[in-house]
Amino acid sequence: MSALARSLSRSAYGPWVIGVGSIVLFLLFIEFAVRAGIINEFAVPPPSDIIMAFPRIIAEEHVGARFLDTAFEAVVASVFVALFGVSAGVLLYRVQLLRLATETWVAAFAAAPTVLLYPLFLVIFGRNATTIIMMGIVAGLAPVTLKTLEGLTTTRRVLINVGRSFNLTDWQMFRMILFPAALPTIFVGVRLGLVFALINIVGVEFLINFGGLGAIINELSERFDLAGTYAAICFVILVSVMVFVTTERAERWLTSAG
Amino acid sequence: MAHVGRLKAPAVAGPLLSPVTKLRVAIIVGVIVLWELVAVSGLLFRDVVPSWQRIAVALFETLSDGEFYFHLWSTIYEIAVGLAIGGTAGLAVGLLLGGTPLLSRSFESMLYYLGPTPKIIFFPVMIMWFGVGPGSKMAMGAISCFFPIVLSAAAGMREVDRVLIRVGKSFRLTTGQMVTKIYLPAMRAPILNGVRLGLGVALIGTLLAETKLSNRGVGFLIIQSYNTFDMPLMYALLIVLFALAIGLNSIISRFAESERMRR
Repeated sequence: MSALARSLSRSAYGPWVIGVGSIVLFLLFIEFAVRAGIINEFAVPPPSDIIMAFPRIIAEEHVGARFLDTAFEAVVASVFVALFGVSAGVLLYRVQLLRLATETWVAAFAAAPTVLLYPLFLVIFGRNATTIIMMGIVAGLAPVTLKTLEGLTTTRRVLINVGRSFNLTDWQMFRMILFPAALPTIFVGVRLGLVFALINIVGVEFLINFGGLGAIINELSERFDLAGTYAAICFVILVSVMVFVTTERAERWLTSAG
Repeated sequence: MAHVGRLKAPAVAGPLLSPVTKLRVAIIVGVIVLWELVAVSGLLFRDVVPSWQRIAVALFETLSDGEFYFHLWSTIYEIAVGLAIGGTAGLAVGLLLGGTPLLSRSFESMLYYLGPTPKIIFFPVMIMWFGVGPGSKMAMGAISCFFPIVLSAAAGMREVDRVLIRVGKSFRLTTGQMVTKIYLPAMRAPILNGVRLGLGVALIGTLLAETKLSNRGVGFLIIQSYNTFDMPLMYALLIVLFALAIGLNSIISRFAESERMRR
């Protein structure tokens, strides 16, 4: 057994085989346990039923269109988050007094459970896409602001001195030195902002039963379509993981390029 | 005995408030004034932005109402149980992953990528497993806090000083003794950081579940105030909740920071 573990550990694909193999074994065990009546099928459907439910929910629940709804909300929220977050970060960098007075507030806001504001946003904007987008913006704004500020304040001194030696104006200094130097850190913030916005968007869609992917889970669970609910949850997890992996790769590429 | 006095620097009459404090006060006053102007302007639907006076009254009434503390206690209890279950499981799995490189390479990336998924989507499943009562809310808290704690514990375990581990091994400590006498004391700072992050997401998970389907808890009160359009109460509850969340977060942050500095 230890020899097998050693050979798997040495192999490049060993960990992958163990990871995927464990999941497959776990699913097979659940399938057996549900079929044998050890696990209640009204709590956990057989994994084979969940897999079979995928084509059904994709066709009947218009998953493609729902995905586009969520993607649209996430893109709009991200654009606003990037725009306002970066602007706020630059403003705090430029106005030292404002930064000293409000940086801890922004950090506290980043740690606050802002998603719980959704009933308030429902009252202000109604049960529509605007509420969902606004919740996304609220979630993503603070990390982008803080990361922009961090990127600008940690610009290497030598770069700033080079700019000064060329007698650059404030705007030139920002455009040619500060902003390009801070861009990788700003992107880290934008990625975090996008992830937080997406979490809030899908969460609020589920809670208010409106819009894209989150609402599908709610609708299927209210219809007691157990296999469909599990399949929809798996689909949302898959989409979240894909977005996370893609943005992380982009961040690594940008950081290495910087 | 002659009194030897100490030379004192002449007291310089500095400004009563620093510029930073003045700006903070100005911002707060500005927000309050702007809020009041919006409240009386009629720009938004009536009562969407109630006056500060009404919010203050609602806040006072909420804090002096015994029923609020029943709901607050329900929420705290659910979060605490969720954090205890999710935290213990996260710590155990984190120690296992951190101490076993093969398992870490096999499973840690999965946990890392599953971490940022919106946990509230698991709520229908938790209702099927644990019912509509507090059990499903505790489960939401546990699921939410599991991921940050497991990742922090695994990372912390890998950073434990090798010298400490060798000392433990030279004393022939058992696995249990190694965990309680070497690993856990050396991992205080990352574990506290994981608990801080875990507490934040457990609070969110539990309260969101309460707003979705519950008959008790602060989340239930918030959604009730939405359903009855009692906006001053909703603002009062949100103020209490944010104050508690930010306060708890800053207390654990300071504790974790002092632990990190002590190392």
